[in-house]
Amino acid sequence: MAKEKPDLVYGTLDMLILKALQHDPRHGLGIADRIQQMSKDILHVEQGSLYPALYRLEAQSWIKAKWGVSDNNRKARYYELTTAGRKQLTAEEEHWLRITKGIDLVLAGG
Amino acid sequence: MPRLRAWFSRLAGLFQKDKRDAEMAEEMRAHVDLLIERNIAAGMLPHEARNAALRQFGGVERVKEIAREQRVWRWADEFLQDLRFGARMLFRSPGFSILAILCLTLGIGTNAAVFSWIEGILIRPYPLVAHQDRMFALGGTTRGATEGHGLSYPDFVDLEKNSMLFESFIVDRIVGTSLSVGDRAERASGGIVSANYFDALGVQPILGRGFRPEEGTGRNAHPVTVISYLTWQDRYKGDPEIIGKTQFFNGVQHTIIGVAPEKFHGTFIGYSFNFWVPTSMQETFDSTGYKLEDRGARWIESYAFLKPGVTRQQAQAELSAIAQRLENDFPETNRGQGFELFPLWKTPFNAVGNLSPTLAITTGVAFFVLLIACANVSNLLLARSLLRRHEMTMRLALGAGRRRLIKQLFTEGLLLSVIAAAGGIMVAYWCRNALVLVSPSRTPGITIDYPGQLDWRVLALSVAVCIGSTMLFALIPAIHASHVDLSGALKSEGSGVVGGSGRSRLRSVLVFVQVALSFVLIAGTGLLLRSLVQMQNSDPGFSTRNVVVSGADLFSAGYKPDRAKIFYEQMLERIRALPGVQSAALARVRPFSYAVYSSAPLEIEGYQPPRNEQVAADYNQVGEGYFSAIGIPIVEGREFTRNDDENAPPVAIVNETMAAKYWPEKNAIGQRLKVKDKWMEIVGVAKNANYRTKLENPMPFFYVPVRQDFFVQNGFIIRTEQSAAAIMNALAREIHALDPNLAPLDTISLQQQVDLMSYTQRLAAALLAIFGGMALFLASIGLYAVMSYSVSQGTRELGVRMALGAEAKDLLRLVISRGLRLTTAGIVIGAAAALLLTRLMGNLLYKVSPRDPIAFGAALIILIAVALVACFLPARRATRIDPARALRT
Repeated sequence: MAKEKPDLVYGTLDMLILKALQHDPRHGLGIADRIQQMSKDILHVEQGSLYPALYRLEAQSWIKAKWGVSDNNRKARYYELTTAGRKQLTAEEEHWLRITKGIDLVLAGG
Repeated sequence: MPRLRAWFSRLAGLFQKDKRDAEMAEEMRAHVDLLIERNIAAGMLPHEARNAALRQFGGVERVKEIAREQRVWRWADEFLQDLRFGARMLFRSPGFSILAILCLTLGIGTNAAVFSWIEGILIRPYPLVAHQDRMFALGGTTRGATEGHGLSYPDFVDLEKNSMLFESFIVDRIVGTSLSVGDRAERASGGIVSANYFDALGVQPILGRGFRPEEGTGRNAHPVTVISYLTWQDRYKGDPEIIGKTQFFNGVQHTIIGVAPEKFHGTFIGYSFNFWVPTSMQETFDSTGYKLEDRGARWIESYAFLKPGVTRQQAQAELSAIAQRLENDFPETNRGQGFELFPLWKTPFNAVGNLSPTLAITTGVAFFVLLIACANVSNLLLARSLLRRHEMTMRLALGAGRRRLIKQLFTEGLLLSVIAAAGGIMVAYWCRNALVLVSPSRTPGITIDYPGQLDWRVLALSVAVCIGSTMLFALIPAIHASHVDLSGALKSEGSGVVGGSGRSRLRSVLVFVQVALSFVLIAGTGLLLRSLVQMQNSDPGFSTRNVVVSGADLFSAGYKPDRAKIFYEQMLERIRALPGVQSAALARVRPFSYAVYSSAPLEIEGYQPPRNEQVAADYNQVGEGYFSAIGIPIVEGREFTRNDDENAPPVAIVNETMAAKYWPEKNAIGQRLKVKDKWMEIVGVAKNANYRTKLENPMPFFYVPVRQDFFVQNGFIIRTEQSAAAIMNALAREIHALDPNLAPLDTISLQQQVDLMSYTQRLAAALLAIFGGMALFLASIGLYAVMSYSVSQGTRELGVRMALGAEAKDLLRLVISRGLRLTTAGIVIGAAAALLLTRLMGNLLYKVSPRDPIAFGAALIILIAVALVACFLPARRATRIDPARALRT
């Protein structure tokens, strides 16, 4: 198992990647940038765990990859969500909301 | 579906590994390039930008490694890796690998061979026959009797008509005939079969056709025959125009209407049939008369096919109900008569009954051999895991998981046993017909057939054995190897007191198991060999030396009784005139032959049988001079003479058992008994003898003069100093002189005839001797390995002892006594197990107790001797230890 940095909650990287790919296909660096940008610089994706996660998701058939050309004319591998990936994202979002809501309640009750 | 696709993509990843690796590298390079560009844009110098980018990304190789683990199907990847590594390890120590593979090949091979025999003889004995899982043997029973018998034809037809749960019934009665081959007569075996035979079996003749329904009935009305492929090839040279040609069988011209497929040998275990004729021809092939309309004549051996889904119990219930109805309708013939279904492996009327206990024991023995082989390989692996402890420790220290290590060792074990299984299946393939080789040679022309079957079931079982044995032999060493105490192992590295006592104790247990198992096998072999010797030496009640038996197949040659009488008269004169012949006599049935004695219900004057008892006995028709020729003493009264012919009052000679049973306290001479409505006077009492096998219990038996109860088919009993081979040509000449178309049948000594009947015991003894020998060999390897190991482990201790003044002979004694302690413990347990297990051999043993002290003693001595040798070599090495070096290590 890839070890994830403590600034990411364990097991959430997959969901974040799926979310980052929700609207457009992106390459690896683009995904990392997108997560950083969406989280307003709170979350930094460790490059070392990004690729293992990408390959894991690809093996699950939640994302698929093809070679493309980046904005500055470099060859890059672009990832996009598959239908199964979209479903998975929805499921994970719901699951996450439930969990955080639960945690919020617990913390608020203290 | 996505799951399945994921699986495929992983699988694809596995095989396109190099391509995927390259792609991955390129992708990461692209990523780093992008980072560099970004850094340059942010104002760094190119080499700074590059270094920073690499730092940001982390170690490329490490990421790749982690990613790889994610990406491919990890388990399989590791498995392949382990496999490659395991193969390298096997190549690195070829001695170990060859020995281990050899042991396992023996173990797996014997099992596969035995499975193939069981499959081919007991479970699915009949190649090409469809639905053998629904096929059952069908026999007749008599209430209160233990022995079964056949079915009568009218009963058979009623079964066919009245049953609902059966798909079909078939008749299959083995018959023999003689075919002339030049100036020799050659026996041929065939079957009298119902007309539906080939259709019911689903066997399609490759030329011509099977029988038509109307060909089954009508007394001698349909002289047609289907011949076997082998007969077609051998006798007719594969003539493509064979259909429609004719062949004389028993003096009747038969038209050949079909040729059976090559693999079809009939439905009789033990013989490969040469031809088949329909039931309508029964009288032509049966020297005891026409039986198709006789409900009392129970001669049919039969098989039944159940409808799909019907159980044997249901089918049996239906048969019993039909038997009940027949009993009511035909009380004279069917009182107390029933039908019984048997699974094929219990078929009462072929060689299966004799073979199945032998095969059962062989299965057990083969399993023992496998266990011993596994224990051996386990031992070898343990020894090697010690050598590899350094490697294991290193790997553990570098962070390999214990599970991974166990998996690695397992994979290596699996590799070994897969290679061994391939070898084992080859062994089984070579051995598939081995049973025929150890079976006695019999009559020329008759093909003995004990087919081993290597079908997918046998292969599947072998694979299971292979995996199972891997579990057995690899598990213990693997767990052991993975439980290296890291700090301890690293510290003690090279200090010489490695391995720990736990491991050597484990190895001792393995040897102990091997010795125990070997003891059981050797003791069992000893018992069977002793039985054989006992059987060889036991007196059958007649002389087996200087007696030759022979005959001529007059029935097949179409002789009628009058002509046969003249032939025998003249022939006996000629035989008696041969040089070296002391006497000669006729006997309808030769003792220990496959021919069947006459049997009839009896009425005994002055004897009132208890209710429910049917007085009956077997009897034989013998000529004058029979008793002196064969050497059965007449204890009272007289032997038959020439004068006891058809015109004289009927007489009989009874054996001692019969005399004692029906005329106790009285002289049997002069008493009368009634056989088939004929009163006979007893003129003599003969000493008891064995009639069929040496295993039989004493039974009432009597003799009648051949002249008063004549059949066309008789054998010659010849007392002569000459050997059977020497007299054979003279016999042939004399027979030719009387009838150029006749030839003598198998001329053999009476001893040979007797030996034929101990076939099962011989087979069992041969198999057990072979397997027991293998077991002994394997066990001694194991013992030797453990002893040398423990000596090498104890080097330091021995060195200390030597330094303190112990002499070579003390050390020798020390080491050998250790080995013997181990062996003795194994022997004690082995003996206990053998005492329990040999009882299961019951009916294969002859006049030998299952606890025979000689067999057990022999096993003890053999094992001790082997242990001594196995211990001596390492012990001698121990005495040559240089104490100074031993202490330094």
